[in-house]
Amino acid sequence: MKWSNIKYLVLRRIVQLSLLALYFMGNWYGWKVLQGDLSASLLFGKVPLSDPFAILQTLATGALLATNALVGALIIMLFYGIIGGRAFCSWVCPVNMVTDLAAWLRRKLLIDRIERKIWISRNLRYYLLVIALIVSALTGLAAFEVISPITILNRGVIFGFGAGAGLLVAIFLFDLFAVKNGWCGHLCPLGGFHSLVGKYNLFRVWHTSENCTLCMKCKTVCPEVEVLKMIGKRSEFVVGKECTNCGRCVDVCDDDALGFDLRNFLSNPKGGNQ
Amino acid sequence: MEKKAGKPQISERRRFLTDIAYAGGLGILGGLLWAGYTEKAKSSPLTLRPPAALEESEFLKTCIKCGLCAEACRNRPANIDRDTGRPRPGTLKMAKAQDDVTIGTPYFIPREVPCYMCDDIPCVTICPSGALDVAKVTNPKTGELDYKMMDMGLAVVDPNSCIAFWGLQCDACYRACPLMDEAIRLEYDQNKRTGKHAFLKPVVDMDACTGCGLCEKACVTEKPAIFVLPREVALGKAGDHYVKGWDKKDQERVGNRVGKDVTTHDQRSEKAPQDYLNSGSLLGE
Repeated sequence: MKWSNIKYLVLRRIVQLSLLALYFMGNWYGWKVLQGDLSASLLFGKVPLSDPFAILQTLATGALLATNALVGALIIMLFYGIIGGRAFCSWVCPVNMVTDLAAWLRRKLLIDRIERKIWISRNLRYYLLVIALIVSALTGLAAFEVISPITILNRGVIFGFGAGAGLLVAIFLFDLFAVKNGWCGHLCPLGGFHSLVGKYNLFRVWHTSENCTLCMKCKTVCPEVEVLKMIGKRSEFVVGKECTNCGRCVDVCDDDALGFDLRNFLSNPKGGNQ
Repeated sequence: MEKKAGKPQISERRRFLTDIAYAGGLGILGGLLWAGYTEKAKSSPLTLRPPAALEESEFLKTCIKCGLCAEACRNRPANIDRDTGRPRPGTLKMAKAQDDVTIGTPYFIPREVPCYMCDDIPCVTICPSGALDVAKVTNPKTGELDYKMMDMGLAVVDPNSCIAFWGLQCDACYRACPLMDEAIRLEYDQNKRTGKHAFLKPVVDMDACTGCGLCEKACVTEKPAIFVLPREVALGKAGDHYVKGWDKKDQERVGNRVGKDVTTHDQRSEKAPQDYLNSGSLLGE
C-alpha cells in the first residue's frame, strides 16, 4: 500500500486519536493542554473553546450563558467557517471512526451490492437540527446533547463508559445494515450544523477533469457522494457544503485528479472555479 | 379536462401542499417523541449538584456538560495521593445514561466521595457556561470566595437509626463537619431509661449546613443515619398565610392587615355553640 493512498486517512486518525488522548490526560493526569470535552474545552488552560451547536441549543432553552462559553463557540465557528469547513466531522468527531468502520465493512462484505428499500433523505439532518432547537426551547434542556452519540463516546473515553455505549453499537449496526453512511450522512444534526457553518471555507478539494480516468474509486469511498457530481465532467472545486474535507477521494485517486487547494473568492465569488 | 385511466394525477399545488403536510406531520411526530424523551431525561429531584449550582431547572438549561468542574475537582493539589502521586477519585461524577441524573451533568454521592469545600473552589471558577455561578459563593462584603456560602443540600438526621439517639456515645458526624458547632452541634439531653447517662444528639443547623456530606461519609451506621438531601426535598413550607405574630419581622411582612371574616354560616351555625350550651338542657329534649 502506497503512502499516498492512505495519507489523509492516517493523518485524520492521528488527529482524532490525539485529541481523545489529550482530553483523557486532561482528566486522568491533570494535563493542561486540552481540558474538558468536545462540548466545551480549555486549550492550554487559557483559551476557551465550545461546541457552537451545543451553545445554540443552550441559548434556545433561554439560558443566560457566561462569556467564556460564547467566546469559545465564536472561536470554533471562525476556525471552521474560514479554514476547516466541515472538517470537524472527519478530523475531530470520534463517531467518524465508528461509522467509517461500518462503511468499510459494508464495502468488504459487499452489503452495498444488495439493494434494500430503506431510504432516508440526506436533508433529514437539517430538519432534525431545527427540531433539536425547538425541543430544546420547549423542554428547557439542550435536546441533542442528551442523545448525542458524539458526546457519549467522547465523555466515555474521558470519564468512563456507561449504558450510553449501546447507542454507539446501534449507530454502527444502523450504518452497517440499514443505511449506507446513515448516521453521519443523513441524521446527525451536528454534522448538518457544521455543513452550514463551513459552507464558505477556503480549503477545498480541487478536481482536475483532464487527469480523470473515470475509475470512480473516489465515489466508492466518499461518504457524501453527491458532492462529487463534477467528477470526470468539469474541473472545479468540490463546493458542496456536505463535503467533510476528509481527503479519502484524494487518497484513493491514482491519477492526480483530486487534491486540496485554496478557494479563490476574489476571481470567482462562488469559489467554484480556479 | 379528460380523465386519465389509472391513478388520479396530482397537481403541482396538491403535491406542494401534501409535501408540506408530510414534512410537518413527521416533524411533529419526531419532535413529540424527542421532547418526551428529553423531559424524562431530566434528573431525579434527589440529585446533589456541585457548589454554587444554579437552581435545578436553570442549571439544566445552562450546563454544557463539559466536565471541567469534575476534572478540576479530581486534579486539585489536595486530592493528589502523596504515596502514588496520582489523583484520587474526585467528588464530582459525570452522569452516565444509566444514572438517575441527566446524562453528562455533574453530581456527587457524599457516601462515596463528599465535597471537601476547597478555599479556592476550583470547580466553580472554571465553569465556562455560568451553570456554576461564582457570585453564589462570593462574599458581597469582601468580594472574595467564601466556602461557607456553598449550598449543595442539607444534612438530615434519622433519629431512629442514629445510635446517638439510642444513648450510645457517637459524635462521628459532629467531628467530621468542617463547620463544627456551626452546622452540626451536639444537644445534651437526659437519658431517662438509665437515669444516669446523657444523650449527645447531633442537631443540624439549617442555615449553616452547606450539604458537603462529610457527616454522611463519616457516619458509622450501616446505612448512614445522617445524609444530605437537596434543600427543596429536605425542607417543608408553611405557606405565606401563616404569620408568626410573636416575631416582629414576620408580623411586618403582612403589616397590620386584618383577616377577612371567613365564618361559615349555615342552618347549624345559626345557634352559636355558646348559646346552645347556655340555654336549656344539654340533653336536648
